[in-house]
Amino acid sequence: MESTIVKDSVVIKSRDFNAYFGTNHVVKNVNIDIPRNQVVAVMGPSGCGKTTYLRCINRMHELIPGASSRGEMKINDEDIYEMHPIFVRLKIGMVFQRPNPFPNLSIYDNVIAGYKLNGIKLARTERDRIVEHSLTRVALWNEVKDSLNKKGSFLSGGQQQRLCIARAVAMEPEVLLFDEPTSALDPISTSTVEELFHELKTNYTLIIVTHNMQQAARVSDRTAFFYLGELVEYDETKTMFTNPKDNRTQNYITGRFS
Amino acid sequence: MDRSVENDAITRSDLSLRVISSAGAGQLVKAKAKTRRPFRQIRTENVFKRTLVIMGILMVILVLGILLTLVVQSLPSIKALGPKYLWGKVWDPVQDIYGAWPFLLGTLISSFLALFISIPFSIAVAIFLGEYYPKGWLPNLLKNTVELIAAVPSVIYGFWGLAVLVPIVRNFENKIGVQPVGVGIFSSSLILAVMIIPYAASLGRSMIQMVPSTLKEAAYGLGATRWEVIRSVVLPYTKSGLFAGILLSLGRALGETMAVTMVIGNTSIIPKNIFSPGNTMASVIANEFTEADKAVYLSALIELGLVLFLVTVVINMIGKKIIDRFTTE
Repeated sequence: MESTIVKDSVVIKSRDFNAYFGTNHVVKNVNIDIPRNQVVAVMGPSGCGKTTYLRCINRMHELIPGASSRGEMKINDEDIYEMHPIFVRLKIGMVFQRPNPFPNLSIYDNVIAGYKLNGIKLARTERDRIVEHSLTRVALWNEVKDSLNKKGSFLSGGQQQRLCIARAVAMEPEVLLFDEPTSALDPISTSTVEELFHELKTNYTLIIVTHNMQQAARVSDRTAFFYLGELVEYDETKTMFTNPKDNRTQNYITGRFS
Repeated sequence: MDRSVENDAITRSDLSLRVISSAGAGQLVKAKAKTRRPFRQIRTENVFKRTLVIMGILMVILVLGILLTLVVQSLPSIKALGPKYLWGKVWDPVQDIYGAWPFLLGTLISSFLALFISIPFSIAVAIFLGEYYPKGWLPNLLKNTVELIAAVPSVIYGFWGLAVLVPIVRNFENKIGVQPVGVGIFSSSLILAVMIIPYAASLGRSMIQMVPSTLKEAAYGLGATRWEVIRSVVLPYTKSGLFAGILLSLGRALGETMAVTMVIGNTSIIPKNIFSPGNTMASVIANEFTEADKAVYLSALIELGLVLFLVTVVINMIGKKIIDRFTTE
């Protein structure tokens, strides 16, 4: 795989990265450079290790009993596995498959939940600014500005997912990880969220796991294709979908297996 | 032969489909012949439903029956003593003076003190088993031990209390300079605290285990530590369940008789402090029921039972209200 990326624009860098569940080897020798302010899609069939790889980037993988990993994973040339996991997760936000706003918190409190959880005290005006700014970034402000004190669980599924993105954005991370962020959403909400990706990449680097090829093609600048735990191919999305170099990629995007 | 096989295979849904889809009369007749099995199903269903309803109603009748017995049997005492029975400070059956206040106080103080002592332990056990270490030999051992606490007969707690706890408490009382009796409200609260831990702990544990992992991951993903996840996600999410468990414990403490009777000192005077010997409503009934030689005496004891019953009901109702407020919030 050629590397056409300018060196200092790389945010996330993995070298020979492996992940395991017990003795089960689920991510095998992955080498990847994620460029700054781009959208990178990670696709592949179920069980190919794409979600596990994503969860290794912000060290969520190790929360599962028996899970372990080996290899190099760096953010801005700092080893993620030598940092405290809490700092890693503050720098690298995450949005999950199912919208998971905190049901006992209001919309407002959901957005600043990260600050509350970490015990960071903010002035009222500062909080208001963060909430408005974050909700505006995810195109939710106009829909919820009059009901900020309502519970987040009153929103529709798509709105809840955007609230979760706002919650991650509020912490001003460098990288945002998305684990199949639209698989629980209807088509209209899906396209709203997909539009957001284009907006968000001006400030953040986005890594999106998806099992939906069309989505990868629509939203990403670069695409990584995982198969059976290996990174088969990683390239510009256009090149990948028009002129894949590996047979397995070719078979996958033409729908010969899924 | 052929038909019986078909009969068995047919279900209610494809029966109706067939009736709808078949316009021909012959088909309809055929469908009618096959209704025998669905009828049998409906009959079983009805029998099942009726059994459930009868069981449910029986339960209600049973509780109402107990209440009615208590009311009827305590009528003589209610008539003779009036409402001042409740706040009467003296209990002297020899002179026919019956005041329930010392026992009401004894029950409430010992139960709430026990609850107060047990809450840190039961919540800690619930969090440990539900969130921190749900699997492994140590949590399993702890879980089984805690469950065993509930299974030990209360008379054994009474023995243990008399043999081990009371001397320790007596030493402690000596040191802090109160009258060293050993037996008393404090000792019975300690025993009760141990006895009621499993109720709050096991309900709390199952509640904590039900917290969706997506919520916990959301908090971890925002950089929360384990303690922050427990404090800000797990506990708020489970507070009504934890409270229900604590309420269950309180109900157990209010009614516990044997162990308390053995260590509380059985003195029918108003306790001066938590170290004084006293009596609870349950312990008085257990102690004096066989000695009650006069009709009013017996009736006064039964009225004590009625008061205990009502106190438990009222505390439960208040608790339900609080749980409702927690869950709707």
